[in-house]
Amino acid sequence: MSLPVSEILIQPTRGFRFVNWRDLYAYRDLLWLLVWRDFATRYKQTILGPLWHIFQPLLTTVVFAIVFGQIAKLPTDELPPTLFYLCGLLAWNYFSQTFNSTSSTLTANAGLFGKVYFPRLIVPLAGVVSNFFSFFIQLGSFLIVLTIYRWSHPGVSYGPRWEALLLVPLILLQLAAFSLGAGLWLASLTSKFRDFTVLSGFLIQLWMYVTPVIIPLTKVPPQWHTYVALNPVTMPVECFRFLLLGTGWVNVPLIFVSLAATAATLISGLLVFQRIEKSFVDVI
Amino acid sequence: MSRPIIEVRNLSKRYQLGAIGATSLREEASRLWDRVRGVPHPDSKEFWALRDVSFDVQPGEVVGVIGRNGAGKSTLLKLLSRITEPTSGTARLRGRVASLLEVGTGFHPELTGRENVFLNGAILGMTRAEVRKKFDEIVAFAEVDQFIDTPVKRYSSGMYVRLAFAVAAHLEPEILIVDEVLAVGDAPFQKKCLGKLRDVTSREGRTVIFVSHDMAAITSMTSRCLLLHHGATLHFGTTDDTIGKYFEYGESRSQIYTAPTRTDSRPYVQRVEIRTSKQAGVQAAGQPMEVTIELRHPQPVGGACISFQILNQFQQHATHIWIFDADEAYARRPGTTTLTCKIPNVRLNVGHYSLRLFFSEPPGGQIFDSLDRICPFEVVRLGETTLWGWRPDACVYHEEATWNLIHPRIP
Repeated sequence: MSLPVSEILIQPTRGFRFVNWRDLYAYRDLLWLLVWRDFATRYKQTILGPLWHIFQPLLTTVVFAIVFGQIAKLPTDELPPTLFYLCGLLAWNYFSQTFNSTSSTLTANAGLFGKVYFPRLIVPLAGVVSNFFSFFIQLGSFLIVLTIYRWSHPGVSYGPRWEALLLVPLILLQLAAFSLGAGLWLASLTSKFRDFTVLSGFLIQLWMYVTPVIIPLTKVPPQWHTYVALNPVTMPVECFRFLLLGTGWVNVPLIFVSLAATAATLISGLLVFQRIEKSFVDVI
Repeated sequence: MSRPIIEVRNLSKRYQLGAIGATSLREEASRLWDRVRGVPHPDSKEFWALRDVSFDVQPGEVVGVIGRNGAGKSTLLKLLSRITEPTSGTARLRGRVASLLEVGTGFHPELTGRENVFLNGAILGMTRAEVRKKFDEIVAFAEVDQFIDTPVKRYSSGMYVRLAFAVAAHLEPEILIVDEVLAVGDAPFQKKCLGKLRDVTSREGRTVIFVSHDMAAITSMTSRCLLLHHGATLHFGTTDDTIGKYFEYGESRSQIYTAPTRTDSRPYVQRVEIRTSKQAGVQAAGQPMEVTIELRHPQPVGGACISFQILNQFQQHATHIWIFDADEAYARRPGTTTLTCKIPNVRLNVGHYSLRLFFSEPPGGQIFDSLDRICPFEVVRLGETTLWGWRPDACVYHEEATWNLIHPRIP
């Protein structure tokens, strides 16, 4: 006879298993509540609250513009350094925030995971979704800064391709998929080897230098492009510049390289995480 | 018999002692190297927290899980709640499962009571619609109406626990797995929780797996019990049988008080021993109990007074028993005196008790010794159940009484 829908079979799993979508769907309300909790609690007892989403990239941009633009005089694709960095940070901040929140999933929620069952993947997914909000706030503030620029410098060539803005969510989705995949890898490794806790902060610092946040891709020798595109954060950063500022270096084959690297990271990350999560409470 | 709602077959869980805790890369590499060479790694010791446990639970049944610390109770609950995976064996659960291993899991201090009810409900597996439907009931049960929009960090610990339990108590799973969460909270609230659990099982026909050290709660709640010992099933049967087995395997907790050695010549109580009807300080109600008191008096005592009170777990004095030199002469010469007090028929209510003992001269004289909370013991009722269950806070002791129905008689 067929099993009733609600029958739960508990047994050791051998090898890898993939995501249990039905289980994940059953807990969708928890996903929304966790997203909402992230938002509701992040800025409790802060004065500026969600305005931090605007100030943080602006301050970083000012520092970059002074250090890399004024002092080091690094080229910025003929763009005003402020717009160049602010645009690059859009994609970069989403990646680094999501990567961080995902990679600390297991260690930060060990207490919760040790006491109650729900699909563990809900927690990193909640981070992915709640970071969408900060992304759109940043995008909004970027568009405001851009508008001010265009208004105060009439006749400039750069500006968003408005119709192409529809592509922004798609690129964001790729970025989310990669951040999740890479974060899950690190989360799994951290639960097994504490060495990776030390590594994660360091990794994200180095990663920024292999991503065209500060140095435009056009300044990278063309024979390296394929390797640079293997870093799945590269193309989203360049695509955003292309869509929002109309400059930058976008190449369709490299977008496919980037997508393939993203898919590989996400799928392997999910598999590794699923393997670790089933018994990680035993070793935490 | 209907199809069991829970079927556990040879469930086992092994822990690698050497590997508990995250390892460093270096350790892992040396472990791998040892494995490649086929040499056992020096510190990989195995430990079976649970071994070949099998049992069935019928729908609507309340099954207790008992055993000493380290018997594997928590591991079993963790496996059944899917927090961790078994090493071998299977368990089939036919229905929605909610586990309550801790009260207030996932409560966020910055969020209000209302917000936490929704969050905690979702963590425990409820949908928002379900929580919304139950919300008023939850708040009323927790008695926090006025504070429901206050962040829970401003709650008293009592309020916090009440709210947290209220959420859990209003879950509607077919199977509820409860750890000793009732140990928190004050006595009236504990009573309320037990009452709620009883409702859930008797009225709504839920299946419950209940772990507790509190034999009174186990007796009143469950019909069958699983007794675990070092990870294996020692007994699975009716609650009374299983509790009986549990006490046979009890490690003896010291029911003996022994005074530290003294050098002065002041009289004192050297030793007090309580002999309960079962091992490990467990006294069956209605059975005899003995208290033996040894006095050391290097000098003669004129008019010794010995008395002890039996205190229940709420620190109420259940009874006072004494023997004075005026009733029967003792301790009038230097040396030791041993007295035995026999209580032929213990009528104390179920619960945990201890003794408070005094050794003194007659009123106005010196107090030689006063010992508080010595010789702990527990009173249980085996093989007897009542409609409401046996509860330590119901009364202090049971009076012998007979009832007669005068009017009108049911034909």
